Amino acid sequence: MERRTVFGGWLLPILLVLPQVLLTGFFFYWPAAEAVWASMTTQDAFGQGVVFVGLDNFVELFIDPLYLDSILRTAVFCAAVGVLAMGAALGLAVFADREIRGRTAYRTLLIWPYAVAPALSAVLFLFLLDPRVGMLGRWLNRIGIDWDYHLNGTQAMLTVVLASAWKQVSYNFIFFVAGLQSIPRSTIEAARMDGAKGWHRFRTITVPLLAPTTFFLVVANVVYAAFETFGTVAALTHGGPGKDTETLVLKVFRDGVINHDIGSSSAQSVVLMLGAIAIAAAQFRFLGRKATS
Amino acid sequence: MRRDRDWLAHGILALGVVLFALPVWLVFAGATQNADAIVRGELSLVPDPGGLSVFARVLIHGTPGIEPVWHMLMVSLGMALCIAVGKIVISILSAYAVVFFRFPFRKLAFWSIFVTLMLPVEVRIIPTYAVMATFGLIDTFAGLWVPLIASATATLLFRQVFVAIPDELVEAARMDGAGPLRFLKDIAIPVSGANIAALFVILFVYGWNQYLWPLLVATDPGLDTIAIGLVKTISVDSQTDWPAAMAIAVLALLPPVAVVLAMQRWFVAGLTEGEK
Amino acid sequence: MKRRSLLAGSAAVAATGPFASARAAEKIKIVWWHAMTAALAEQISRIADEFNASQSDIELTATYKGGYADTMNAAIAAFRAGRAPHIVQVFEVGTGTMIAAPGKVVKQVWELSKETGIALDPKHYIGAVRGYYSLSDGRMASMPFNSSTATMWYNKDAFAKAGLDPEKPPTTWQDVVKAAQAIKAANAAPIPMTTSWPTWIQLEQYSALHNIPFATKSNGFDGLDAELVFNSKAHVKHIQRLLDMAKDGLFKYTGRDNTPDAVLYAGEAGISFGSSAVRGTLAKTAKFAFGGGYLPHDPEVIKTPLNSIIGGASLWTMTAPDRSAAEYKAVARFLQFLAKPESDAAWAQNTGYVPVTFAGMERLEQGYYKTVPGADIAVKQLARGTTTANTKGLRLGNLSEIRNIVQEELEKALQGGQGAQAAMDNAVTRGNKVLRAFQKSIGA
Repeated sequence: MERRTVFGGWLLPILLVLPQVLLTGFFFYWPAAEAVWASMTTQDAFGQGVVFVGLDNFVELFIDPLYLDSILRTAVFCAAVGVLAMGAALGLAVFADREIRGRTAYRTLLIWPYAVAPALSAVLFLFLLDPRVGMLGRWLNRIGIDWDYHLNGTQAMLTVVLASAWKQVSYNFIFFVAGLQSIPRSTIEAARMDGAKGWHRFRTITVPLLAPTTFFLVVANVVYAAFETFGTVAALTHGGPGKDTETLVLKVFRDGVINHDIGSSSAQSVVLMLGAIAIAAAQFRFLGRKATS
Repeated sequence: MRRDRDWLAHGILALGVVLFALPVWLVFAGATQNADAIVRGELSLVPDPGGLSVFARVLIHGTPGIEPVWHMLMVSLGMALCIAVGKIVISILSAYAVVFFRFPFRKLAFWSIFVTLMLPVEVRIIPTYAVMATFGLIDTFAGLWVPLIASATATLLFRQVFVAIPDELVEAARMDGAGPLRFLKDIAIPVSGANIAALFVILFVYGWNQYLWPLLVATDPGLDTIAIGLVKTISVDSQTDWPAAMAIAVLALLPPVAVVLAMQRWFVAGLTEGEK
Repeated sequence: MKRRSLLAGSAAVAATGPFASARAAEKIKIVWWHAMTAALAEQISRIADEFNASQSDIELTATYKGGYADTMNAAIAAFRAGRAPHIVQVFEVGTGTMIAAPGKVVKQVWELSKETGIALDPKHYIGAVRGYYSLSDGRMASMPFNSSTATMWYNKDAFAKAGLDPEKPPTTWQDVVKAAQAIKAANAAPIPMTTSWPTWIQLEQYSALHNIPFATKSNGFDGLDAELVFNSKAHVKHIQRLLDMAKDGLFKYTGRDNTPDAVLYAGEAGISFGSSAVRGTLAKTAKFAFGGGYLPHDPEVIKTPLNSIIGGASLWTMTAPDRSAAEYKAVARFLQFLAKPESDAAWAQNTGYVPVTFAGMERLEQGYYKTVPGADIAVKQLARGTTTANTKGLRLGNLSEIRNIVQEELEKALQGGQGAQAAMDNAVTRGNKVLRAFQKSIGA
C-alpha cells in the first residue's frame, strides 16, 4: 500500500497539500468543532446566552422514544431505498449486458437521471403521485384505490422511497454494468458447459463475482439514503403524516433550523457525524484491502 | 429461444427507460399547458405546441420577482464549474503530495482530510456561515463555491490512482532527471485522465444541484442560481405559475444531463476503475 | 452585505466628519430581508421603489431570503456573524423567539422610536394586530406588516348544486356539518369540506372565537412558564367533530400548513378554511363562483363569537456591531413610511392582506370594500367584540413546532391510530416539553 519510491524534499509536498488542508480546516473542522461545543450547551437562537450542560443533550436524545423511532425508521428507509435501487439497477444491468441491438442507446437512456437534483425529483414525483394533482395518484383514486400519501403513513413511506430510489438506480446501474463486464466470458462459458441453467448460473457465478461492486454500492446507497434524500423527503411529505417519514437528517434540520433548538440539533449532528465517520472507516478498510490485494 | 430472451431484455430495458423518462416528460408537457388545468390535476401527457413559448418567456424575462433564467443558468454554470475544477485541482495536488512524498505530518494530513468524507453541508450550515462572514465572503461569487471545494472523496480517489502507478515508472522518470512537478504534469495527470473526467461529471452535478448553501450565503439577486430561481417561482402565499415553474425545472435539468451524456464514456470508465 | 454596511458606516462617519460636504451625496443604505414570492414579491419591490423615490438620502434594498423559516434562519445566522440585515420579516410563529431574544439582538419598535425620535405610534394600529406584536404593557415590539386572519371560503356553484343558498354561508359548526352532508349527497364537490393550517384555524382560531384559553398565562403573554391547555372538553369536542366528519366522508384532510390551498383554488372543495389573504389569488384564478364567510362557531360553547386572531408576519429591526445611529434612523423612517394610510391601504388592496392601521382601514372602507363585497369580512372579524386574554393572540416559544406536533397527532388520529382526546393529550404533553425547552434555552 505504501510506495517504495518517493521524491525527496518536504517543502513542496506541504505546499501542495496546504490548500486542501486549509479548506478542510476552515470549512469542516472549525464548524464541526463549533457543533461539538454547541452540542454540550443550551442556548437561545441568537447565541447570546450559552450555558454548558455537558452531555445532557445526548442523554435526552437517547431516552426520547421518538428519537429512537427515528433511528429505526431511517434504517428501514435506507434498506428499502437500497434494495429497490440496487435490485432494479442489477436487473437492468443484467439485461443491458446481453448482446442485444441498441445496447448503447439503452445504457445512455438509463444513465441520465443521475443528474437530477434531489429536490427536483420530488417535484417530478409530486406531479406523478399526488392524490390530487398527480397523474398516477388521481388515476389510482379513480379506479377505487384509496391513495393519499398525505394521510396514509405506509403510502407516504412508499412515495418517498420510490422518489429517492428512482434517482439512485442510474448510479447503481453504471457500477453493475461495469462489474458485469469485468466478469470473464470464459467463466460464464465454462459454467454453461457444466450445464448450469440461467438462474442457477446467475446465482452461483455472477452474484459472487459482483460481491465487491455490491459491497461498495451498499455503502454508497446507505450514505445516499441517509444524507442526500433530505430535499426529496422534505419537499414531498415534510416527514409526515405523523412522523411516518421523518428521517434523522430531517429531524436535525427541523430541530436546528426550524425550531432553533441549537443544543439538541447539534447533538444530533454529532451523532450523525460519528455515523458518517464509521461508514467512511468501513469503506476505507474495504478500499485498503482492495488496493493491497 | 434466443430470440425470446432478446425480446424479454428489450421489454425490461424499455420499461426502465420509460419509467425514468415519464416524470420528466410529464413536467415538460406540463410546462406547455394551462396553469389552471395543472392545479385541477388535468395534466396531459401530450404537450401543447402553442405553449412552448413559455420557455422563451422564462429564459429572457424570468417570472415576476426573479431574474431571467439565462442569467441564473450562467451563475449555476459558473458555480458548478468552479466547484468541479477547484475540487479536482486541490485534490490532485494533495493526493500527489501524500502518495509521492514523505513529509512531517503526512499521515495526519491525509487522515484529517479523509475523516470529512461524508459530512453533509446541511448539518453544519450555521457555523460555516459564521466562518464565511469572518472572511468577508458573504454575498460574493467566491462565497458560492470556495467552502464547497474541499473534497475527501476526490482526494481518496486520486490517491488510489496514484498508488497504482508502478514504482518502475517513477524510477525511470527520476533517471531522466524529471522533477516532481514535471512527473505530475507528464505522467500522473495523464494517467488519471479517465478519473478526472468521471469526477468532473460527478462534481459538476453536485455543484449544479446545490440549494441550501447559495440561498444562505448570497443575498444579491444577481447571484441567484437556477435552483433558487425554481424555488422562488414555486410560491408559498399565492398561486404558483406552474407552467413557468415546470419550464424552469426542465431548463435546470438540461445542463447537468447534457454533461452526463456528453462525457458518458469517460464517466462510466473512470468511475468504476477508481472506486471499486 | 459586508461591503454595504461598511459603505453605510463610512457614510455615517463622513456625514459628521471633516469630509461631510464631499461625501454628502452618499446615501445611507438599508437592507430588508423578506419571504414573499411571485405577485407578493412584486408588491415588495413596488414599496421599496416608492420609498426610494420619496426621499433622496436613503436607499432601501429588499431581498428575498427563501420561505419564512429560511428568512428567519438566515437572519439568525447573519446576526451570529455580526451581519444581520437592518429589517427582517418574521412570521407570526417566530414572534415568541424574537421577543425573547436576549440582550441587544433586536431593537423593538418602541425602543427604535425613542432612540431616533421618529414617532411610531401603536395607537394607529388595529387592536388584534397591535396586541399580537406588543409586550403585555402595550409597547410595540415589531412593526405589523402582512397580516391576515382565517376565514371560510366556499364554492357557490357547489352550494347551488347541493340545494343550499349560495348567498348564505353557514355560520355555526352544526350548519357546516349539514351543508357538507348536502354537498356530499348531491355530489356537488369532490371534497365537501377541508381546511388549510389545521392547527392555526381549528385550534388557535377556534380558541379565540370561543373565548377559551389555548395556553395558560393569557396564552403566554404573562409568562414563559405558560402551559398548553387545548385538550379541554370544548377543544376535544371540536376535534372529535372533525374526526367524525372525516369518517363520514364530509371532511378531507388535504395536508399540512397551506398545502390544502391548492384544493381551494381548484374549486374541488365545497367549504374550506384558509387565510383571508388568498382572496386575491382566488379572484384572479378561480373558475367557479366563490364566496367568503366568517369562521363558524359552536353555539353550545359560545353564543356570540369573539374576534379571530391574526397570522402573517411583522418586521423586526435587527442590530449589528457596526451599525450607526444614522442607519437606525433610516430604518425608523422607512417604518414610518409603511405606516402611512396610503401605503397600508395599497398593500392590503393589492395583496389580500388586511389593513393594519385604522386609517388604512377607513380608506379601504370608503373605496375598495364598497366595490368588492365580502372583502371586508376578515377585518370585521378581527375587529369585532372586545379582545380578552384569550383573543389577543399567542405568545409561545417555538409555536411552529407546536403547530407541527398538533398536525402530527391529528394525522395519527385521522389514520385511526388514536381518539380525539388522546390526540390532544399527546399534543399537549409534547408541546409542553417544547415550551419548557424554549424556556430553558433562553435561560429563564
